[in-house]
Amino acid sequence: MSSSASRPPRRTALDALHRSLGATMTDFAGWDMPLRYGSERDEHLAVRTRAGLFDLSHMGEIAVTGPGAAALLNFALVGNIASVGVGRARYTMICRADGGILDDLIVYRLAETEYLVVANASNAQVVLDALTERAAGFDAEVRDDRDAYALLAVQGPASPGILQSLTDADLDGLKYYAGLPGTVAGVSALIARTGYTGEDGFELFVDPADAEKLWQALTEAGAAAGLIPCGLSCRDTLRLEAGMPLYGHELTTSLTPFDAGLGRVVKFDKEGDFVGREALERAAERAAQNPPRTLVGLVAEGRRVPRAGYQVVAGGEVVGEVTSGAPSPTLGKPIAMAYVDAAHAAPGAEGVGVDIRGSHEPYEVVALPFYKRQK
Amino acid sequence: MSNPQQLRYSKEHEWLSPAQDGVATVGITEFAANALGDVVFAQLPEVGSTVAAGETCGELESTKSVSDLYSPVAGEVTEINQDVVDDPSLVNSAPFEDGWLFRVRLTEEPADLMSADEYAAQNAG
Repeated sequence: MSSSASRPPRRTALDALHRSLGATMTDFAGWDMPLRYGSERDEHLAVRTRAGLFDLSHMGEIAVTGPGAAALLNFALVGNIASVGVGRARYTMICRADGGILDDLIVYRLAETEYLVVANASNAQVVLDALTERAAGFDAEVRDDRDAYALLAVQGPASPGILQSLTDADLDGLKYYAGLPGTVAGVSALIARTGYTGEDGFELFVDPADAEKLWQALTEAGAAAGLIPCGLSCRDTLRLEAGMPLYGHELTTSLTPFDAGLGRVVKFDKEGDFVGREALERAAERAAQNPPRTLVGLVAEGRRVPRAGYQVVAGGEVVGEVTSGAPSPTLGKPIAMAYVDAAHAAPGAEGVGVDIRGSHEPYEVVALPFYKRQK
Repeated sequence: MSNPQQLRYSKEHEWLSPAQDGVATVGITEFAANALGDVVFAQLPEVGSTVAAGETCGELESTKSVSDLYSPVAGEVTEINQDVVDDPSLVNSAPFEDGWLFRVRLTEEPADLMSADEYAAQNAG
């Protein structure tokens, strides 16, 4: 680790509670976070079949407010943020002038002139600095709100019923990627229908002073439905099965959104210039004519697990690199995401393997995601 | 968590049973199993192969990582636990019992192994 290693890890408002639950803790982006409470496989399956409760307070919240907030975000980010309706959210990215991805983000429009930008914990400072710098000349304020929120997530098919038992908010009317202010178990919350698990679910932004009360209320309300506390380990396998990218793995500054197969988040037709436009136009052209490596799914035929950084091989040549890999609790097999040369990236491509510590293990190339919930 | 008194322990978190007719059983400790998380794949040494004390003889894969398996003693592998190969979660659920890994015919007396109390002190430190 870099600079964060010299400082003691930050602790969330729920730290004592995690310890009382016997959580195995881990350092994540400078935060001491629950890795798992019991078996990460059980936690994963609880989210797929019932419900899981997560502390995600390490995520980085940044408020962007003022008459020029929409214009600033349209300039600073690659998406059309001005077109997001009040009460809706958008998955987007912030890029450098050369098109490299600084972070992927969810932006909530809380009011006409008020947005909440949620960055990855590991990039929150970078995003805050970039937004602050790019705000010059705009009638908007960029505010570090990392300490203003605890973030709890309840995810899984039972989550709407559990949450509805604690709130009068109209959850049926709350669509995927929407957010509304409300009260949950007597606690003021921004209730968002978002997540990173591939399941239906909610993320609740609350005052850190209310976090423990809300956690306990959700735990009690969810007990009968089989809700259990869940750590970051299963969050990683859940998002991997759902084919969702993780910054530092599938997304880095050396890749553009087009390289990552996520060119759809870049909106060239929006009003005004934006940081990275020229480089991204070239990247879009390159991706259309002569695609570089493509992000694919790999499913193991054997039981050895591919890990980030392992080489993808075909015919004795290196044709790609694994970015994330894990045993999939849902599929019962090891799975991975990997960037693979276009010639070997088609689903069912012959003779593709992964070099697992010197032995070439056969893998099936599949389209992402590995798992899609039944709606 | 308690480490059985009759076993001896390596610093790499393997345990060794008392030998019966020169054959001892090897597994990993509960401390190690907890640190690994859910074990999903166990590559054990082959029956008939020779293992050396302190050297790698297999792998244990968990959700997050792959870890080398070290033999705490030198000898010849006489048996592996096929139940663990079929269901690696036994390493988590019963590391000192049904989750044993392999049996070895000792070719020398094991050196440098710890008692249960010494092993517990190592992990506390």
